[in-house]
Parts: sequence; structure tokens; C-alpha cells
Amino acid sequence: MGAELKNYQHEQYYFRVRLGFAAVAVFALFALLAFRFSYLQLKQYNHYQTLAENNRISLVPIIPNRGLILDRNGAVLAHNFFAYTLEITPAKVENLEQTIAEIAKLVEISSLDRKRFKKFREQSHSFESIPIRTHLNELEAAKFAVNHYRFPGVEIKSRLFRHYPLGKTASHMIGYIGRINDKDLENLEKSGDLSNYKGSDHIGKSGLEQYYEKYLHGTTGFQQVEIDADGHAVRVLSSNAPIPGDNIVLSADIKLQEIAEKAFGDRRGAMVAINPKTGEVLTYVSQPTFDPNLFVDGIDSENWKALNESLDKPLINRPLRGVYPPGSTFKPFVALAGLEAGKRLPPYSIQDPGFFTLPGNRHRYRDWKPSGHGSVDMQKAITVSCDTFFYGLAQELGIDNLTNFVRHFGFGKRSEFDIKGEIEGLLPTPDWKKRRFKQPWYPGETVIVGIGQGYTLVTPLQLAQATAILANQGVAMRPHLVTEIQNELSGKSQMVPHKILDRVQLNPDNVEIVKRGMVDVTLPGGTAASVGANAGYSIAAKTGTAQVIGIKQNEKYNESAINERHRDHALFIAYAPADDPTIALAVIVENGGHGGSAAGPIARKVMDYYLLGKLPAEEISKEAQAQAAVPNAPEEALHD
Amino acid sequence: MISKLFHHLFKHIDAFLMACLFFAMLLSLFVLYSASGQSVDRISAQLINMTVALSVLWVAANISPQKLERVALILYVLGVMLLIAVALFGTISHGARRWLNIGFTQIQPSELMRIAMPMMLAWYFASREGKPSAANFVIAGLLLALPVALIMKQPDLGTSLLIASSGFYVLFLAGLSWRFLIGASVSLMALMPVFWSMLHDYQRRRIEILFDPTQDPLGAGYHTIQAIIAIGSGGATGKGWLNGTQTQLDFLPERTTDFIFAVFSEEFGFLGNMLLLGLFSIIIMRGLMIASQAQSTFSRLLAGSITLNFFSYAFVNMGMVSGILPVVGVPLPLISYGGTSMVTLCLGFGILMSIHTHKNLVAT
Repeated sequence: MGAELKNYQHEQYYFRVRLGFAAVAVFALFALLAFRFSYLQLKQYNHYQTLAENNRISLVPIIPNRGLILDRNGAVLAHNFFAYTLEITPAKVENLEQTIAEIAKLVEISSLDRKRFKKFREQSHSFESIPIRTHLNELEAAKFAVNHYRFPGVEIKSRLFRHYPLGKTASHMIGYIGRINDKDLENLEKSGDLSNYKGSDHIGKSGLEQYYEKYLHGTTGFQQVEIDADGHAVRVLSSNAPIPGDNIVLSADIKLQEIAEKAFGDRRGAMVAINPKTGEVLTYVSQPTFDPNLFVDGIDSENWKALNESLDKPLINRPLRGVYPPGSTFKPFVALAGLEAGKRLPPYSIQDPGFFTLPGNRHRYRDWKPSGHGSVDMQKAITVSCDTFFYGLAQELGIDNLTNFVRHFGFGKRSEFDIKGEIEGLLPTPDWKKRRFKQPWYPGETVIVGIGQGYTLVTPLQLAQATAILANQGVAMRPHLVTEIQNELSGKSQMVPHKILDRVQLNPDNVEIVKRGMVDVTLPGGTAASVGANAGYSIAAKTGTAQVIGIKQNEKYNESAINERHRDHALFIAYAPADDPTIALAVIVENGGHGGSAAGPIARKVMDYYLLGKLPAEEISKEAQAQAAVPNAPEEALHD
Repeated sequence: MISKLFHHLFKHIDAFLMACLFFAMLLSLFVLYSASGQSVDRISAQLINMTVALSVLWVAANISPQKLERVALILYVLGVMLLIAVALFGTISHGARRWLNIGFTQIQPSELMRIAMPMMLAWYFASREGKPSAANFVIAGLLLALPVALIMKQPDLGTSLLIASSGFYVLFLAGLSWRFLIGASVSLMALMPVFWSMLHDYQRRRIEILFDPTQDPLGAGYHTIQAIIAIGSGGATGKGWLNGTQTQLDFLPERTTDFIFAVFSEEFGFLGNMLLLGLFSIIIMRGLMIASQAQSTFSRLLAGSITLNFFSYAFVNMGMVSGILPVVGVPLPLISYGGTSMVTLCLGFGILMSIHTHKNLVAT
């Protein structure tokens, strides 16, 4: 019994020792846990607190309303409206084809929609959401919403759409917005504006929409939203309202624009009219035009092909990017260059035999009038567009003097115009020719620059700007379309200041001689007499034609025999009223033939409306709902 | 009269341990209410689990250790047979064969083994005369290895390791020699690289992720990462009851069961964790005290093993949720939602109380 008890006590002693070890281990391991908790919850608290906050808080951008584009009278050229789109995030969809087929059972999806979707897919990342259908009506939106659960990765979104209510009118001026692509993102990143485009799908791609992007876009607002693990919003924590984009107000009058575009009919060409005193652009025509609404949500391939491959090149912004030889419209500037250099001052005159020859050379530089113009002084030379007179003047001035002078009128350089993409045109010089062709400059090349031919190339905007500078006595104002930037929120508006680009020192007497010559152009006997007929205000103008294909030395130009697209371009510059000009313009009608007859009437309609508020005859008859027969003006000047 | 009845009903209940258990269960209901998104249904279900578990506790407390000693072998054999039946006819769910369909309901025989294993080994050592020999330990080791291997096969790594440890506790308390313990752990460490080199790449990768969840943040590591964020962001005093963002916004997975500790930790912070560790420590202390005062070899080994096993569960769960142990499916004892684990735990506590209250007077 005793041994047994002893044995029992012994066993219990050993057991308690073991139990003690176990207790130590228990506390050591619990201490380890306590240490771990103190590390996570005390030492690293801030770190994990941040991670937890990042988990639950999501910044949701609120896209600002894009600013409106208004004409000078407040007519709306670009605005926004709410509509639904159906968008697919390809990365979240297993079988894209099948999903689209299933959606098509609910809402109509045209083949154009599919093509556009396909195009976007190729251009974007698979985690971006891409529209499969836009402009869903309420019924379609509701129909999809009911079936939404069946389509993971497909979302219905309500968003603002850009719309251009005038369609094709003024499309090159207004431009359009389009979906942001990789290139845009790169630019935004460079300019540091990327964060402001979180949530924005669209950006100005051309025209004013592009140039004034930073005003029109507005400031993106943000909402701090608490989300759950599935990304669903639980509640809004805080909200930072977006600031809508500014409205921009143009100097252009959309009524004037419509008149000008209508005046072109189906002819191709361009026209720019500027207020010479301010540089405000009054009308900006590029014909033919296109419907910018097609581009907003991505143009489908068929429409794109039609626009892109058309021989009429409707997508070219002609006033900025179309280059033409100025032809005889260059002469007033050459004339002024001569007068300012002290050459051909009155009463100097020449006897025009109908051609010009360089000394020691038998090559004849022909006048457009084979028999010549008789006795010609500077004023008459402009009025009758005497080639012989200007051949000689150009030769005497020399190419460098000539180009250096006319460059002040904006030729051969960009003008700071408020649409991007302006090209320089070309004022040829011996240096340029050496660089370009590695050839010397020939004296004959100077001669033909005198009548605006040869290498000389101008854009319609440059020609209008040069005319405006001439009309404004040599003061070059920066041409611009936008006069006012309105902040819708504050109601404040900011005027775009008129900026002087250059000030050409001109003798007023010389300007007067050129002006008189140009006024006579629109009077009986001038090359555009019909344009000035019954105007009620005086018009200083100059006609021009620019050769599209070269004519050989003894060949005669036969208009009717030549393919329509090889006919000469018709050019016309003018300012009015001649004594106190408020409008200066340039018109180019491609393959239109003669400046006076093809381009002049367009200019006249624009000036009539701008200066007198007079609608063109066909507009009046339409507005009066009457078929009033208006006799056509006689077209007496067939040559320039 | 009433007090007499009361005394009779609860004479085998240890008031101190019972108070601790009640406190833990109350805590469980609060945390569960928050974790379940304030679901009254979950709370009711857990209350039923607790009622059943406490009934089991009461029954177990009223069965004397001597009776338990007599059924130990039968329970063990029954358990092993059921495990074999599972291996042969068990139903597969979530890729593992753990359940056995016995007509009207399904049972998980590995749960039975959690109690049967320490009882069997305690019975085995109690039935040997004198100091256990090396041969006794070898046989005990084999008795331990058989069900562990069967459970590991299911596969249920977590449970098999915990049952292995509950058996090991008996061996340790029975006096397994230090020399063997040290030798075994040294040779195990030495064999580690050999074992590692025998694994396929994907198996190694799985083990790597098991130990370092950040290597697979969106896959297997997601649970642990979110749990650690929940714990860490709880800070010193927690975000407050029902205010844990990780919990309430669904970032925490399995938050009413295996990961409930992260919910507790997020809402009650470091302070709450210390309180919980304290509560668990008190329960363990009480258990160890009962073991040290137990009168028979069987009851002291069983009491020690049950107590240490409770510790294992608590440590492994909190360790895995806080990212210092790999994630194995182990609930937090007394807190996690679930009937089976609650019943098994209370069965254990019932046995502890039985051991404590069925003492013969021993002459000293």
C-alpha cells in the first residue's frame, strides 16, 4: 500500500513537471501571438488602416458638361443631350460573339453598330468599356436593364452626348469630338491633364472643339464612394462637384455661314471673311462639308470610306490646309511692294505689247490678253490685271525684296489662327530652291511670281488675312474665330483680346493707289464688274485664276475641252466698304474657271448680307414664299 | 428543496470554468451578430448549437471517469471503423471525403476521433503497470498514427494534425523521453530538405503560398491578406462593434466561421485581442489545474490532453488568421459559428468537469 502510494505520488510528480513544461509552452506561444497582434495593430496600424481605406473607398469621377459652342448671335452650334449607351468590357465577357447575339435579341444592333464595335475593339484595350449601341430609348434601356443579370461585363450607361444641330453646316470650323485614343492619352499625360480626364471618353479632335478643348471640357468632379468587396457602391462619403466647361462664342454668324455655303452650291472651294480691324473671322467655309455627328461615337467604316475616298476630299480643311497658287490675287501685294520701293509711282506707265521678255532672252511671258492693254499705269494694271506690268515690276524688284515685303502680309507663315493644323504655304526664294531642289534660281521664276504663279502657294486663310491687312492699312490683326469664353457657373465671361501680329509701315498714298485699282475692278470695265453692280457700297477687289495644269508656250487654254478637275481654280479677294472696311475676304472655287464669275458672286452674297443684312435673291424668294423672278446680273467680265 | 435540486443538477458542473465558457459564448454571439450582417437567424442557430453543446457538457460531466475509461477502447475502435467506412463509402464535398451518410443524417467521424483519440491513449497508458516502456510508446504511436493517416487521406490536413497533437500531448504527459523528443525533432528538421527535394514544383509552390500568402494576393493568399488588413486596421481599440469596414463590406471571407477572429480583432482592436487571449489563458489554466489534481492516470492524461488540445485550436486559428501559420481549416474554439466544433469542445469541457468532480477520497 505504501509503495503503491509512493509510486502514485512519484507518478503525479512527474506528470506535474510535464504539465509545467506544457504551461510554459502555452504562455510562450500566446506571447508570440500577442507580439504579432501588437506588431499588426500598434506598430503597423497606419499601414493597414490605409489599406483598409483603399479597399473600401473608391473615387468615382463625375464628368463635367462640355461647354456649348455659340455663334455671335447665340445660335447653338454644338450642345449636349442625355442618352443611354450599352457598353461592353471585352475582358469581362467570355464569349463576345455570343453575348452580342444575345443582346441583339433584346435591342436592335445594326451591322453598322457591329462594325463600329469591331473597329473600337482593335483600337482599345480589352479592359476598356466599348459602346455596342448608342442612343437607346427609354424602352430599350428598360428592356436591357431587366435582363442585365444575364450579361456580366455589359453595362448600360447614361451619359451626355455631343450633338451638332446644324449637321453639315460649318463642320470644318466647329470640328468634332471623338473617343480618346492612345495618342490623346499620351498628349494628356504630357500636358499633365490626364487626371482631369478620368471618366471622360471624348476629346476634341478637330476644329474649335480641339483648339478650345481645355475650356470646353471643364473640370472633372469626384465622388468618394464607399464600396463593398464586389465593387458596388454602398454610400457616398463626399462629393466634389464638377465644373462645367466654358461656352465659347464665335465671331462668325451662322446665318452668314449658311449663305456662303449655299452660294458655293456643289462646287468645291473655300472662303474666309475677316473683320480687318479686329481679326474676327466672320465666315469660314470649306466645301464640301461633312456631318460631324458621324464622328462623335466613332464613324462606321462605310461612311468613313465614303468621306475619305471621295474625290471631292470633304475632310480636308481647305481654308487652313488647302494650298493654291494665288494667281492674280497676288498682284495688289506685288503692287504695294513696288510702290513702297519707289517703283511705278504715278505717273509712271508702260506700253503693253501683250508680253514681257527678259533682256537677252527671247522667251515671251504672255499677258492673259494677247493684244495687250495699251498704256498701263499702276492703278490700271490692277484693274485690268495686266500681267506684263507685273512681270516687269517683279523682275525689277528682285525675288528677295518681293518675298520679304509680302511676308509681312502673312504669306508663307502661320497666323496663330484658333484652329489647329494651319500650314505655311510657300513663298519661294533662291535659298529655298537650293535647299529643296539643289538648283539655282532662274530670273524667269521671279517674273512669274509677279503674277502669283510659279512655286508660290497660299492657303485661303492666308489670302483673306493678307486682304484684311491691306484693308487695315498694314496693321495685321490675329485672325480668330472665338471672341468670348463664358463661364456658365459664375456667369462671368472673358473676351478674347484682339492681338496685333505685325504692323507693316505703308505710305497711305500707296495704299490708296492700290485701293483705287481694286475698287475699279468691281466697276464697269474691271475684271469683276458684275460683282460690284448695284452693290450700294464700294468694293475693293481682285480676281484671280490659278492654273491646275501647265500650258505649253504656244498652246491655247480651252476651258471646255479640259477635264473639269483640270480647269483653273477661280480666286477672288475683296474688302468693303472700300473706304472704311469692315469685311475682308478671300474666295477660292476649285476648278471654277474665272475668279470674277465663279468666286465673285459668292463674295457678293456674303458682303450683301454682312453689310446690308440683305439675303440672297433665292433666300428672299424662299422666305417670302413667293416665286419672285429676279434677273441675273449680266456676266460681262469673262476674263480677269 | 429547490436549492437541493439545484445542487443535485449542477454538482458536477465546475462553476469557474462554466462562467468562463458562458462569457466566451456571449462574446461569440456579439461577434457573430456583426460578422453575419446582423442576422438574427444566425444568432438563433448558434444559440441552438450552444444549447445542444451545453446539454452534452452536462451529460458528460455526470459520467464518471471510470465509466469513460471503460468505453475508451470501444469508442476508438468504432471511430477507426467509421473512418475506414468514410474512406470507402464517404460522400465527397469540396473535393474531400469527410462525411458518412448514415441514412437520416451525415456524420463526420473525425470529430469523434478528437475525443476518442486522447481517451484511447490515456486508457492505454493507464492500463500498463508502472513506468511506460519504450515499447508502450511505440504501440501508442501506432494507435495514434492509424486514424491520423486515415484523416489525412480524406484529405483534412488541419484536423489530422490537431488529432495527432492531441495524441502527442498524451504521450508527452505520459513521460515520453526528452531524448526521444529532441532526437525526433532534430532528425525531422534534417529530413526537411530531403522531403522538399522530393516534391514537384507545383507542390512546392503551394507550400510557399501557404506560408507566404502575399505571393498569390488574388488567389489563395486573398483570405489571409484581407484578414491581416482587418486585424491591423483595428488598431489599439478597434473600429467598434458593427463598424469594421473589412467585415461589413464583405472584404473578409469566411467571417462567421474560420476567420471570425479577424472580425473580432477589427472591431475590438488590440485591447480586445488581449482580453480574448486572457480568457483563453484562464480556461487553459483551469484545465491544467484540473489535470494536475486528477487522481487516476487515465483522468490526468485525458484532462491534460483535452486542455492542451483546446489551446492548439485557439493558437492555430489565431495564428493562421493573423498570418503566422498557414491557413488550415480550423475554427476559433467557442467563438466560431458551427455546431459540431461547439459540441465537441463542450464534450471535452464536460469530461474535464467530470474528472474534477468525481474524486475519491484519497488518504494523504
